[in-house]
Amino acid sequence: MAEIQSYTMNFGPQHPAAHGVLRLVLEIEGETIQKADPHVGLLHRATEKLAESKPFNQSIGYMDRLDYVSMMCNEHAYVMAIEKLLGVQVPERAQYIRVMFDEITRILNHLMWLGAHGLDIGAMTMFLYCFREREDLMDSYEAVSGTRMHATYYRPGGVYRDLPDAMPKYQESKFRSKKELDRMNSIREGSLLDFIDAFCDRFPGCVDEYETLLTDNRIWKQRTVNIGVVSPDRAMQLGFSGPMLRGSGVEWDLRKKQPYDVYDRVDFDIPVGVNGDCYDRYLVRVEEMRQSNRIIKQCIAWLRENPGPVIADDHKVTPPTRVEMKDDMESLIHHFKLFTEGYCVPEGEAYAAVEHPKGEFGIYILSDGANKPYRLKIRAPGFAHLSAMSEMVEGHMLADVVAVIGTQDIVFGEVDR
Amino acid sequence: MSERYDTLAARIHERFGEQMHRVPSTCGELTYELDKDDLIEVATALRNEGAFGFEMLMDVCGVDYLNYGSDEWTTNAATDTGFSRGVERQPVILDEADEFEPNRFAVVYHLLSLQHNFRMRLRVFTGTSNPPIIKSVVDIWNGANWFEREAFDLFGILFEGHPDLRRILTDYGFIGHPFRKDFPLMGNVEVSYDADEGRVVYKPVSIEPRTLVPRVIRDDNRYEADLKDVNDG
Repeated sequence: MAEIQSYTMNFGPQHPAAHGVLRLVLEIEGETIQKADPHVGLLHRATEKLAESKPFNQSIGYMDRLDYVSMMCNEHAYVMAIEKLLGVQVPERAQYIRVMFDEITRILNHLMWLGAHGLDIGAMTMFLYCFREREDLMDSYEAVSGTRMHATYYRPGGVYRDLPDAMPKYQESKFRSKKELDRMNSIREGSLLDFIDAFCDRFPGCVDEYETLLTDNRIWKQRTVNIGVVSPDRAMQLGFSGPMLRGSGVEWDLRKKQPYDVYDRVDFDIPVGVNGDCYDRYLVRVEEMRQSNRIIKQCIAWLRENPGPVIADDHKVTPPTRVEMKDDMESLIHHFKLFTEGYCVPEGEAYAAVEHPKGEFGIYILSDGANKPYRLKIRAPGFAHLSAMSEMVEGHMLADVVAVIGTQDIVFGEVDR
Repeated sequence: MSERYDTLAARIHERFGEQMHRVPSTCGELTYELDKDDLIEVATALRNEGAFGFEMLMDVCGVDYLNYGSDEWTTNAATDTGFSRGVERQPVILDEADEFEPNRFAVVYHLLSLQHNFRMRLRVFTGTSNPPIIKSVVDIWNGANWFEREAFDLFGILFEGHPDLRRILTDYGFIGHPFRKDFPLMGNVEVSYDADEGRVVYKPVSIEPRTLVPRVIRDDNRYEADLKDVNDG
């Protein structure tokens, strides 16, 4: 009988641990990975080409669908790139709202990551715990934008509308008792800010709960310590960003180094790892949730004190109010032009990057002066991370592939675009 | 443009001289165009020399300049095709051509220096050859690997020296390069399940393209002053 040295195995594209549609062709010797070849593109929707055929504002919705667990951060990069080209000033209140929702989004993303990563390597409870908190944040999304996920809330020049004064409440139904209904609505009595504030008071305790389950857990450590180690030099060489870069010990965070909006006015720390393994990246992300919570608290305090406009007054770019349109011809024309033709962005190019929960999410817009982008390029952090998959899993066991996919925080909406 | 970037621009001018041409920017970004033969030399220097220290390549982006600066609103005659009236579509298939316009395809590199906290952009035109070809920077920044595969897949730009230049985002067996401007938005083929053959079959697309909002270019005098300042300076 011939002696078989190594063999090739197919992983995915339909595999619960593949976080979507990742197909991996693994070259294995025994149970040790020699080479991994990720096949991506199964979710390719040509977002960039679609955006090139639409006026600028109509593509904001596509941004939500890129990384569909951190929706508003994607929008943020896109509207920032347009604002850069147009030279539009964003009102201060809108900047605070954006920062607050960016951080809510970061918590949303990290909760999703923690739950799924935990589930992948055997910590079932995490998934339930994380989704419990995600629900409240989704409700904030809904209160402010009308949808729980694909918000389309950020606009060039600000945000679509101000924060609502009342939270939507659960309705009476025959499936819920009065007592149950009152309990569910008890945190929804005040405004959206009260609701988020209450969440922020509660959330550090929840993070403590997750940490009790995982941080010193023997099995968790066996599955993550010294798995997928990346040295700082390699991390930079491979184009890593976000927690993947910080987990390797490189102190780099766009919110600190190249602050946008009001990040230079809020107080927070950047956690940095030491060993560059899955466990350090876990610790970094958990600490980031706590820091995000701090930022949200500061934003709430500021937003309570400072009412004001939330979108720029330049009606070539932002729509006039309905009231203005009723008796002002100019506003009516602006409104009509804006929604039929859009606005023309001056010729030029801009690259706007935000510190997305997964890393540096960049939007490069090349404009030739038309009402549609000439070329839109989305720099997705997950794309660079996934390209290092082979290097990270080489020499590890088959089961560690799942841990590495988890630690990279891969979402195929942005990798495949 | 901040002072720090002026210093960097001066340093680049001093080191590379005529090799790199600064492109004016309206939003304070540093963009350079360079000849494709100089790419490897310049990129290596930008990465390795302490004065620049661009140790990270954030993005590689292909661009097709085929329709640059042209709008769709030039005809005076309306047609009866609904919303698409007045929009003329001219499919341009240049793929068979022996030579492209020299400024048709470009590759744009976004660099980031962590040590100096700088960003800059390089643009390299691929010249007239069909297929367009340019040197790969994978050996300088290993992270370029997939980004170059993507540019190859979507624009058909070849990267000389790339270790594994395969398609990445499109389907297995895909024909064409979908992000070229002469590739139709809705593609050339559609797939459906054929019950008789018992498999998925490819057919030419059956839907008509439609333009909901035509592409227009309007002069907005508010921006002209800005551009002028930069050009003068």
